[in-house]
Amino acid sequence: MKPVPFDYLRAGAVGEVLDALAQQGGDARVLAGGQSLMAMLNMRLAKPRLLIDIMRLSELDRIDEKVGRVTIGAAVRQASLLDWPRLSEKLPLVAKVLPWVGHAQTRSRGTVCGSLAHADPSAEIPLTLVLLGGEVHLRRAKRSRTLAAKDFFVGMMATARADDEFIEAISLPSHGLGRCAFREVARRHGDFAIVACAALETADGVRLAVGGVADIPMVRQWPRLDGSALDDALNEFAWDLGARDDWHATARYRRDLVRAIGRDLVREVLR
Amino acid sequence: MTRFSAQTKVPVCFTLNGKAVEGEAEPRMLLSDFLRQQIGATGTHVGCEHGVCGACTVVVDGMLTRACLTLALQVDGCDLRTVEGLAPSPDRLGILQRAFRRNHALQCGFCTGGILMSLDHYLRRRPTPREEDIRDLLSGHLCRCTGYSPIVRAALEAAAELATASEENTHA
Repeated sequence: MKPVPFDYLRAGAVGEVLDALAQQGGDARVLAGGQSLMAMLNMRLAKPRLLIDIMRLSELDRIDEKVGRVTIGAAVRQASLLDWPRLSEKLPLVAKVLPWVGHAQTRSRGTVCGSLAHADPSAEIPLTLVLLGGEVHLRRAKRSRTLAAKDFFVGMMATARADDEFIEAISLPSHGLGRCAFREVARRHGDFAIVACAALETADGVRLAVGGVADIPMVRQWPRLDGSALDDALNEFAWDLGARDDWHATARYRRDLVRAIGRDLVREVLR
Repeated sequence: MTRFSAQTKVPVCFTLNGKAVEGEAEPRMLLSDFLRQQIGATGTHVGCEHGVCGACTVVVDGMLTRACLTLALQVDGCDLRTVEGLAPSPDRLGILQRAFRRNHALQCGFCTGGILMSLDHYLRRRPTPREEDIRDLLSGHLCRCTGYSPIVRAALEAAAELATASEENTHA
């Protein structure tokens, strides 16, 4: 299918994005890499009156290191982050996760922030942001605000972003993190995850995040667990996610995956 | 600021396989449709129109790009490569294309243009791929004829041939 007609604004400055959102926010969508939004437009699941293209704003195409944090701008493509020479050192979990985000042919154009704005329940980047306790920097004409990842995702493909705001950047902690691990199960590499899990060793235990099951990525924090205590914790988590049957997998299979992958990852980071 | 209203026909110019081309597009026009309908470059095929099948894959400014997930207006001023640019001359196929032919790496050919662009882009950057790298790259394409194995074979054969060719050039 083809998109409905819309106006197109090629922003030459961030101020133009903010003005357009202030005037027409409810009817506008911000276009970055387009790897989720363009599909939504083609399928007419999104019908904006205005598209605001931010990809010619070089100030948004930046990866910055501040004290203990890495900030990734709205125009940074997934492939650019994957090619960032300091990725494995600064953001080891992101280095493990990114090759699983879409395909080479979509990572080349898709942005990190765009995947977060789209908020697909099975997407890997939202899962990573939630597990690491990252932040989303939202900007509107009169003020900016920063939301913790856990407050940003509010439902399936729904975020706390207001109509007149756009994601200017995200930031992730890059210091003092323990071991991390990631694994997902999909029909083919690059397809939407049936279950995606990421684990992080923390000072007093372990944190596990699961995507693809609930409407948003979910996280649990546990003390150092092993044996049947770990199995019980994983089983409870698996049930709490409220898995549903769909085209791709049954609820039961999803719970099984959460228990099995969860156990492997927790053991891996606590070894 | 550059703003175009929905019904405006906007001039779009870019370089296509080394030649300057131009046409007009409404803001909502997809690059895939622009290439086929305005420019007449019908080697870029339109399959699923939501970025899954890979038939419309082209290269924009060195980036692999789904033409169906890109607006014509987004590539104004860019450098595009499509499957029409792969053959060195109208009567001669390129190394990768010849390897496809030898290995029966296509049957109906609908997906082939996109797959060739992905492989060409990949082999230029990584001339010595492993089979698993090729398979990973091909996961971004759907082919319902071949079962992929002949495509993998063709890609590896082309990579080997390209390596020899470039070695000869170095020694020449």
